[in-house]
Amino acid sequence: MAPLLEVRNLTVAFDTPAGTVHAVNDVSYSLEEGETLGIVGESGSGKSVHALSMVGLIATPPGRIVRGEVLFNGRDLLALTQRDLFEVRGKEIGFVFQDPMTSLNPVLTIERQIAEPLRRHFGMSASQARTRVVELLELVGIPDAARRAKQYPHEFSGGMRQRVMIAIGISCNPKLLIADEATTALDVTVQAQILDLVRDLKKKIGTTVIWITHDMGVVAGLADTVQVMYGGRIMERGPVRAVFHDPRNAYTWGLLKSLPHGGRRGVTRLYQIPGNPPDLTKEPIGDPFAPRNPFATERCRIETPPLGEVEGSVAGHKAAAWYDLRAELAATQVQP
Amino acid sequence: MSESTMKPLVSVQNLCKTYGGEKRLFGGSTQALKAVDNVSFDIEPGETLGLVGESGSGKSTTGRVLLQLEAPTSGDILYKGENITGLSKPTLKPYRRDMQVIFQDPYASLNPRMTVGEFVGEPLEVHKLGGSRREREDRVASLFTKVGLDPSFMKRYPHEFSGGQRQRVNIARAIALNPAFIVADEPITALDVSIQAQIVNLFQDLQDELGLTYLFIAHDLSMIRYLCHRVAVMLRGRIVEIGPCDAIFENPQHAYTKALLSAIPVPDPDIERNRRPLVFDVGANLPPEDAVLRPVGNRHFVLEA
Repeated sequence: MAPLLEVRNLTVAFDTPAGTVHAVNDVSYSLEEGETLGIVGESGSGKSVHALSMVGLIATPPGRIVRGEVLFNGRDLLALTQRDLFEVRGKEIGFVFQDPMTSLNPVLTIERQIAEPLRRHFGMSASQARTRVVELLELVGIPDAARRAKQYPHEFSGGMRQRVMIAIGISCNPKLLIADEATTALDVTVQAQILDLVRDLKKKIGTTVIWITHDMGVVAGLADTVQVMYGGRIMERGPVRAVFHDPRNAYTWGLLKSLPHGGRRGVTRLYQIPGNPPDLTKEPIGDPFAPRNPFATERCRIETPPLGEVEGSVAGHKAAAWYDLRAELAATQVQP
Repeated sequence: MSESTMKPLVSVQNLCKTYGGEKRLFGGSTQALKAVDNVSFDIEPGETLGLVGESGSGKSTTGRVLLQLEAPTSGDILYKGENITGLSKPTLKPYRRDMQVIFQDPYASLNPRMTVGEFVGEPLEVHKLGGSRREREDRVASLFTKVGLDPSFMKRYPHEFSGGQRQRVNIARAIALNPAFIVADEPITALDVSIQAQIVNLFQDLQDELGLTYLFIAHDLSMIRYLCHRVAVMLRGRIVEIGPCDAIFENPQHAYTKALLSAIPVPDPDIERNRRPLVFDVGANLPPEDAVLRPVGNRHFVLEA
């Protein structure tokens, strides 16, 4: 079966006064129907920009898609006109953004805002849309939905607003739901409820999900496949257990190792990744993590490693590395 | 409250901060919000007390009122046993030297028109310390080295730095006056994941080296567990549980603490997939007005009716 989404060599740049920012560099991957992909990375890793650029949501200029194809159901999204993209966005691909405070319009009722894509894409009447809005609000776990639908965003708490955002995201039964740091601004107890809700929705309506976050814990619980990005590139990708338990890229390894894991000061010292995030205005040459990588070889600095299947792991586990992380780690452990 | 033999460095007693409730022009009054509601705790010299809770729980307000950045509605703040509540600005100044603050946003807390060297040296100038210009520059250079920045960066402006470096600049300024006590309000929240461990380690090293005392406000419970000696859990302006870090994490007593701990995502797929977060309905489980902190273990207290 053909994948639902296939990204090929996607490269995105921004022309800024400070120079060209190489935000996304040669990103390729595919996503099967029903799969949940967790994309982790920090600011500047290209995780959000690559998702926005797929559906024409970056400002051009300064943004510019340098090259690449994004095949969604076999159709290249990058070749579509804005008018055609209108039909895809919201209908076939739903979005949930980070900030539920600024993504909703404060002067429109919740009902109006959820109904908008329904009326636009399906030509629903006002009363049809109203019924569907109540259904959706119930689906995302908002009690007393019929009354709440008439209220304005300021009458909702942060967690409830994020549920509204998810209701908008899934309103047209999209084939693909892209959530960008959708729970980052929320308290942990609310985040736990939202994540439960997403798991539940996947079971009920089988949505394919791309969940973008910087929280390794969230990905561990939600994703089938995890993709680690850094400096606009995919550093590692694979089934979530393989990547978490047997990382083969030094950045993935460093990220996991720098978390406290229930440790206590005095007993353990946190591993710290040295150095600072990369300067994206520099020409992307070599492995972007090389300057911070204790295992980097000379080759890492001059030649970009391809994302290839790793040896001795499960199928689909890929890493971009010239060094052999497993061998390096084994060697450091031997030393006293 | 604590039965420790050591004299606390900072002590907060029955602190309250209410917003609103003022009389309106034409009668009636605005709704009063108790942001901090009868909060008491001690912090010993060299100790790190973690203050956790969700947004709106009053943890940041507690820190701000403690530092007298805002006046408390009632209650007392004691520093080294002396009541410093409501002191006038000039009488408060020597205490301000001793008590510093680091905020969440390393971008917003820097002055974009000052070189970072001037910014770090400014408190020395304000308090007329550090001697001549030359001596002050030497002091700033040594502060830069202490927080892991190259002293050659002193002449640069904030926009030339990454988030982690900017937070190091803020920390350098905070320790410039050799304070004894620092309130750190979500100091790593805005930083990239790969930088957070660097800053947490820096906090720890500075404490070991300078004997600093911290009030560490955060919502990232795994970092709190790593860094703090004791933890206080806040809910709607009140402390519902306070105790040694291990007691709070291994043996939580309050239903809210249990729910909060169960909600932390664990970066391990095998654990995370079987985790079932506990649900806690705040509205239905607000602690009664007359509830008090009762001892349940060594230095471990829970809010109970």
